[in-house]
Amino acid sequence: MRIVTGNDLVTGAVTWWTGNGWSVHVADAVDAGHEAEAIAAVEEAARRVNGPVVIEGMMTDAGPTPAHIKDRIRASGPTCRQDLGIRPDFQIEKA
Amino acid sequence: MYRYDEYDQAIVDARVEEFRDQVNRRLSGEMSEDQFKPLRLMNGLYLQLHAYMLRVAVPYGTMSGKQMRMLAHIARKYDRDYGHFTTRQNIQYNWIELKDAADILAELATVEMHAIQTSGNCIRNISSDQYAGAAADEVADPRPWAELLRQWSTFHPEFSYLPRKFKIAVIGAEEDRAAIQLHDIGLQIRKNDAGEIGFRVFVGGGMGRTPMIGPVVRDFLPTADFLSYIEACLRVYNRYGRRDNLYKARIKILVHEIGRDEYARQVEEEFLHTKTLGLDAPQAEVDRIAAMFAPPAFETGLSDEIDRSDPDFALWVDQQVKAHKAPGYAIVNISLKPTVGIPGDASSAQIDVMADLAERYGLDELRVTHAQNIVLPHVKKADLYAVWQALDAAGLATPNLDLIGDIIACPGLDYCALANARSIPLAQKIAKRFESLDRQRDLGELKLKISGCINACGHHHAGHIGILGVDRKGEENYQLSFGGSAAADTSLAKIVGPGFDEDGIVDAIEKAVGVYKTLREGGERFVDTYRRVGEAPFKEAIYG
Repeated sequence: MRIVTGNDLVTGAVTWWTGNGWSVHVADAVDAGHEAEAIAAVEEAARRVNGPVVIEGMMTDAGPTPAHIKDRIRASGPTCRQDLGIRPDFQIEKA
Repeated sequence: MYRYDEYDQAIVDARVEEFRDQVNRRLSGEMSEDQFKPLRLMNGLYLQLHAYMLRVAVPYGTMSGKQMRMLAHIARKYDRDYGHFTTRQNIQYNWIELKDAADILAELATVEMHAIQTSGNCIRNISSDQYAGAAADEVADPRPWAELLRQWSTFHPEFSYLPRKFKIAVIGAEEDRAAIQLHDIGLQIRKNDAGEIGFRVFVGGGMGRTPMIGPVVRDFLPTADFLSYIEACLRVYNRYGRRDNLYKARIKILVHEIGRDEYARQVEEEFLHTKTLGLDAPQAEVDRIAAMFAPPAFETGLSDEIDRSDPDFALWVDQQVKAHKAPGYAIVNISLKPTVGIPGDASSAQIDVMADLAERYGLDELRVTHAQNIVLPHVKKADLYAVWQALDAAGLATPNLDLIGDIIACPGLDYCALANARSIPLAQKIAKRFESLDRQRDLGELKLKISGCINACGHHHAGHIGILGVDRKGEENYQLSFGGSAAADTSLAKIVGPGFDEDGIVDAIEKAVGVYKTLREGGERFVDTYRRVGEAPFKEAIYG
C-alpha cells in the first residue's frame, strides 16, 4: 500500500492521510494508490499538512504498517521514551 | 560572564520580531515551506521525525543560573518537560510547536540567549573548554576570545552563506577538552618564548562522512591579528570551498585537496589584505570583554581537606571532581548519564536543581560539555558534600565521568530525520551491560561514542570505542571501530570489521573489553592498549 504522511504545520505532529483528512494515528492511514502524489500536493498547498511524502507500507494484523523502520518509529513515537509516544505499543521491529 | 550591551540586546530582540513575522506569514499561507525552511533554520528551528525541534545556543557552553532556569522554564511550558544537551554544548527541545517558536525566542532573549546560527551554512555556536577560567592547567581563559568570535560571526554578512556549516572551538589549556583538532578551526591559546599570549591555529579538522584531523596552519598567531587572520581563513574557504557537492563542501576537503601548505599560503596572502581592513577589535573592546570574564572573587584561606567518611560521596569525588586553580575550590562534573538513562537528557526539575546549585554553591556559573554533561566550575571543597547530596536526590550523582557508562550518543533514529539507526536504546543496553561501577572503574577511562548516521553528531570517529549506526537493507546495523580520541592525542577510530545488530554489538564490546583486560599493562587505558597491540587480538576475539 502507498501511504501519505507528513507533519502538522502548527504542531509538527506526524500525521497520516485517512482518505478524507489527517490523523495522528497510523491505524487510520489508507492506501492512497496512484493518487498519493496528487493528494500530497493538494493538501500541502492547502496547508493541511507540511512536507508530505508518499511511503510504502503494508496491511498487517496490526493495521497499516510502514515498510521502513524510520516511518514505524514516526508512527510510534521515540522508542526510548514510550511515555511520549502516540502509540508506543506499535511494532517497530520487522515482523 | 559576558553581559549583553545595548547592541547585542537590540539585534537579538529585532531578530525575534522578524522571526515572529515570518512564522505568521507561514501560518497564514503567505509563505511556502520552501520559502520558510531556510528562515526557520536560521533561527534553530528544525522539523524532525516527530515534531519541530529547537536548538538553542549556549555560547561556548557557559551559562548563569538564571539562564539555566530559563531552559527549564521553556522545557516545562513549551516542551515535554525535558531538554537534550548536545555534543555542540547546546540544548535541543524535541516537541516545539511552530506557533510558540517566536514566544520561546522572546523569552530566551530576556536572559541574553538565542537560537541564531544554530543551523545553516554559517559560523555556528563557538565551543570551548568546559573548565575555562577554572582549570589548573590553563594558560589563559579562552572565553573572551570565544566571545569576540561570537560577536564577529553573528550575522557576519560575508559568512552567512558559506559552502557548508562552520564550527570553531577555542581552548586555553594544554589538555584538549573541546576536540579542537576535529573542528573546522581549532584555536589553542599558548605562550611564545617571549611569554606573549597567542594562538596555535588548526584548520580543516572534522568528523562526519570524511573524518580528518586538522593540521596546524599557524603555530603562533598574535592576539592583535586574531580576527583579521580568522577572517582570512574563512575568506579562502568561502572562495574555493566546493559548493557543487554537499559531501565535499566542508573546509577539511579544501585543505586536504590543495594541501595544508597551499591553504596556509593563501590564507597568509589574504591576511595581508584583511589586516588592512581594521577588523581586529580595538584593545579597549578586548579589555571590555575580558573584564567580564575576570576571575570571580575566590575566598582565600580555604581548606583543601574533604571529609571522605561517606563512601558513596568519596566515590563521587574521585570520579566527578577535578582540580581547580584556586585553593579550596574544585570543579564539579554532573553526569547526565544515569544507567539506562538517555545521554544528555535532563528534566526541567533537574535543570532547576543544577541552576539552584550554581547559584548557591557555584558562583552562579554552569557549563555544558561536549560529552553531554554539565559542569559547576567553581565550587568550594567545603560545599562538595552538600552539592553531592542535592545531586544525588535529583538523580544526577552517577559517578561515571569518562568511564564506559559515560556514553556520548546522538538522538539517533528515535528523533532525528537524518539518522539511519537508533543510538539511545543501544547506549542504554551497553550501559546496562556495564552497570557495575566497580567494573567500570576497573576498566578506567573508556570513551564510547555512538552516532546514528554518518554525520557523526555522536563523535564516533573520536571514540576509544566508536559505533556508527547504518541502514542495512532497511534494518539497523552497527559498525564497530576502535582507537579514536578527541583529546590532545587526537586520532580517528578505525572500523574493526563487519557490523552487528543491536545485541551483537553489545557482545562484541564485551569481548573487546575482555581483550583489553587481558593485555593491558601498567596504567594503560583501553585506547593505549589498542594502540600498542593493534587490532588483531581484538578482531580475533570478536570475529574468531
